[in-house]
Amino acid sequence: MYVAVKGGETAIRNAHALLAEARRGDPAVPEIGIDQIREQLALAVDRVMAEGSLFDRDLAALALKQARGDTIEAIFLLRALRTTLPRFGAALPVDTATMTLRRRISATFKDLPGGQLLGPTFDYTHRLLDPALATQTPAAPAPAAKATPKVSAKAASKAAGKAAPKPPMGETSTPAAPVPRVTDLLGDEKLIEPAPADTGAEPPDLTRTPLAFPADRATRLQNLARGDEGFLLALGYSTQRGYARTHPFVGEIRIGEVEVELFVEELGFAVPLGAVSVTECQMVNQFHGTAEAPPQFTRGYGLVFGQSERKAMSMALVDRAMRWEELGETLSAPAQDAEFVLSHSDNVQSTGFVEHLKLPHYVDFQAELGLVRLMRGAHAAASDALQDGDPE
Amino acid sequence: MSAMPTITYNFGYLDEQTKRMIRRAILKAIAIPGYQVPFASREMPMPYGWGTGGVQVTAAILGPDDILKVIDQGSDDTTNAVAIRSFFAATAGVRTTTRTKEATIIQTRHRVPETKLGPEQILVYQVPIPEPLRFLEPRETETRTLHALADYGLMHVKLYEDIARHGHIATTYAYPVMVAGRYVTDPSPIPKFDNPKLDDCPALQLFGAGREQRIYAIPPHTRVVSLDFEDHPFRVQRFDRPCALCGAEDVYLDEVILDDRGGRMFVCSDTDHCDQRRAAGHAGTMAPQGAPKGTSKP
Amino acid sequence: MASPPLAMGFADPARDAQRVFKALMSALARPGRKQRLAARLSPPPPLTPELAAVALTLLDFETAVWLDAPLAGAPAVSDFLRFHAAPRIIAAPHDADFALISDAARMPPFEVFAQGTPDYPDRATTLLVQVAKLATGALRLEGPGIAGRVGVSAAPLPDDFPARIAANAAGFPLGIDLFLIAPDAVVGLPRSVRLAEGN
Repeated sequence: MYVAVKGGETAIRNAHALLAEARRGDPAVPEIGIDQIREQLALAVDRVMAEGSLFDRDLAALALKQARGDTIEAIFLLRALRTTLPRFGAALPVDTATMTLRRRISATFKDLPGGQLLGPTFDYTHRLLDPALATQTPAAPAPAAKATPKVSAKAASKAAGKAAPKPPMGETSTPAAPVPRVTDLLGDEKLIEPAPADTGAEPPDLTRTPLAFPADRATRLQNLARGDEGFLLALGYSTQRGYARTHPFVGEIRIGEVEVELFVEELGFAVPLGAVSVTECQMVNQFHGTAEAPPQFTRGYGLVFGQSERKAMSMALVDRAMRWEELGETLSAPAQDAEFVLSHSDNVQSTGFVEHLKLPHYVDFQAELGLVRLMRGAHAAASDALQDGDPE
Repeated sequence: MSAMPTITYNFGYLDEQTKRMIRRAILKAIAIPGYQVPFASREMPMPYGWGTGGVQVTAAILGPDDILKVIDQGSDDTTNAVAIRSFFAATAGVRTTTRTKEATIIQTRHRVPETKLGPEQILVYQVPIPEPLRFLEPRETETRTLHALADYGLMHVKLYEDIARHGHIATTYAYPVMVAGRYVTDPSPIPKFDNPKLDDCPALQLFGAGREQRIYAIPPHTRVVSLDFEDHPFRVQRFDRPCALCGAEDVYLDEVILDDRGGRMFVCSDTDHCDQRRAAGHAGTMAPQGAPKGTSKP
Repeated sequence: MASPPLAMGFADPARDAQRVFKALMSALARPGRKQRLAARLSPPPPLTPELAAVALTLLDFETAVWLDAPLAGAPAVSDFLRFHAAPRIIAAPHDADFALISDAARMPPFEVFAQGTPDYPDRATTLLVQVAKLATGALRLEGPGIAGRVGVSAAPLPDDFPARIAANAAGFPLGIDLFLIAPDAVVGLPRSVRLAEGN
């Protein structure tokens, strides 16, 4: 005998208990600490902070642990906390020209003031699984900060199997000294379009104002900075394959720590709040000129929390592609279509809506079922009528 | 390791500033019936697509004196309804109920209760895609202009193409309505069976779409007309049998598969309506003997 | 001399604001019908306790507010609003999200306020108007939220108030929305209300 199904509450309780058990795994294995995640899975932590739009390594590490390592779930956890936090004001724009560099490379110049600084990169490693990492060993000391460029550069060229090139100028630069941005060097000669002027206008806040179209560049960049790395990677890649080609060069990628300051009305001056880690990518793109304006390179910009070159570079490619209208290009590809890109970049939104298909839809399905039966009935009747009418 | 920040939440989860922002949007929505007001939807502790719009609306209007009912597919006991109800019980400490008549706020996904609502009640709909024209025109910039011009020819063309192909309109749920003679509006994915209940309803109806960042409203006693044509008037689904448990006719039914030999039964989708009828002594052909409340576990 | 102490805001912000909002929402959803509005505030005059409660419920740093002459002329009122809600107090009514009006009889014509745009009719000013008296009365209204018709009267109001309401309705979906706020009660008049025949 059928009775209406009850027990949703019990089922949910059981699912939560099973989840907790699965999260813990084999209890004979020591539980992972937030500090271990923060220190040893730092790039996962960085991605969660970047797309979660909240710079807090401990909370991001906690989110990763709670999410069983599911990055998007961890981003979601961080966002759901972030949204409830009170706003005290907007920080002053960070000045990446003054950042403390851990890595700084340019693909557009062999050498340049400030030098090439490889820093902690996978770029020239051989992707061979390292059995030594399978056992716990005490950490080897890292090279001293001053020597970092030299060690990295040599290691890199060695790994790449080439003769060691002439040591770059970067060897002599101290990472702490301000290093000019490549785009500023090009800008001095007016070879690249100027960076947009700081109008002093309050920056848009997408988490406080609904997205509306057309969206200005500041809004677009903010959306991309929170956007899903994989989505932006695919879109950026598509521009390289001819879907709105922009002839990109990596003017510069820099990774490091930058001071965040807040202007305090009562004090009349800015106070430092601390430093955040960021990755900045300045893409130098195809030149552009009109009858009135001489040709100039154009810019694509990417800036994300933590160390994530893949994301910053993808962001810069998509930013440049979306500037088609302003630069007098034609709309021909998905990466240029701001309404399409911005509406689908957020992985917390997209994962929610895709996964909501798991929820019961049986009421609407019943409505469709009824309609299909009706239409099949009508179809069968029509076929019968046709056959009856056939002369034997 | 370093110290974790203390994490605290406000009454009803949302902070007061967020509630004010949502409340301002609700007031504009009521003032312009059927128009979708953009609002700065927040991340909620449940995923987008799972009722975040409805939950934000409910959190913004809910007070300590309210009694909340949450249904999904017409049922109080579907897992998502249970999760949302327990969220508000935990964050706002409000009383909850499964009885439609007792509730002051009813949050729903995909159904309008069979029991007629009263003037002191508010129905909050969870909405996935608030834009009725979205599947005809994917661009927000375009659909916004169509609404501004009240240019709904596109929708009529679509419905008429249905008639040409199938002999009738082939939309069975999320069937578009005209609200107060001005805005074509998505009633959320309720079966079109429920559309007539929206018209001249004594209760205030609020619609929240979290992911799409829209709130809209139908004030009480507002004219709500399902789009149709003179030669093809709007008609609701009809079932050719009553509820097998309570014998109700003229209600929306769920089809339950009983076995793998084609055995089927049809029962009320609105579980409270079914329970109340059986408690009042109504019985269908397959009603269990001596268990009129239908609350026993399978 | 020390400045006088600032009047208190809501004692229980979450619950007090919810109660006031519920009254406002019901008032707008059922135009012309009085909703009870209790306020336990002692704001600086000429701000009434009820208008103060509505202001604290709806205003914050994300809103722009316009004050009519008597309110703008009382610095204590601006101080009270700034301290408890931090709205941007602006001089141009056309840019206002909300207009606070204490002298109802001399309120400016509706046209000076934001009417919204065809694309975004919601970007319109909401008028929060102090009145001394609200009752059922001679102004017969119909429209969404009203079963049949409803009669309302309020005082003081400008003589051409019915004509203003009619003109506001004629511009639907553009237009202003208005609350009449009396001691203990509020009436909502959204842009969707029309004058019934026979006014």
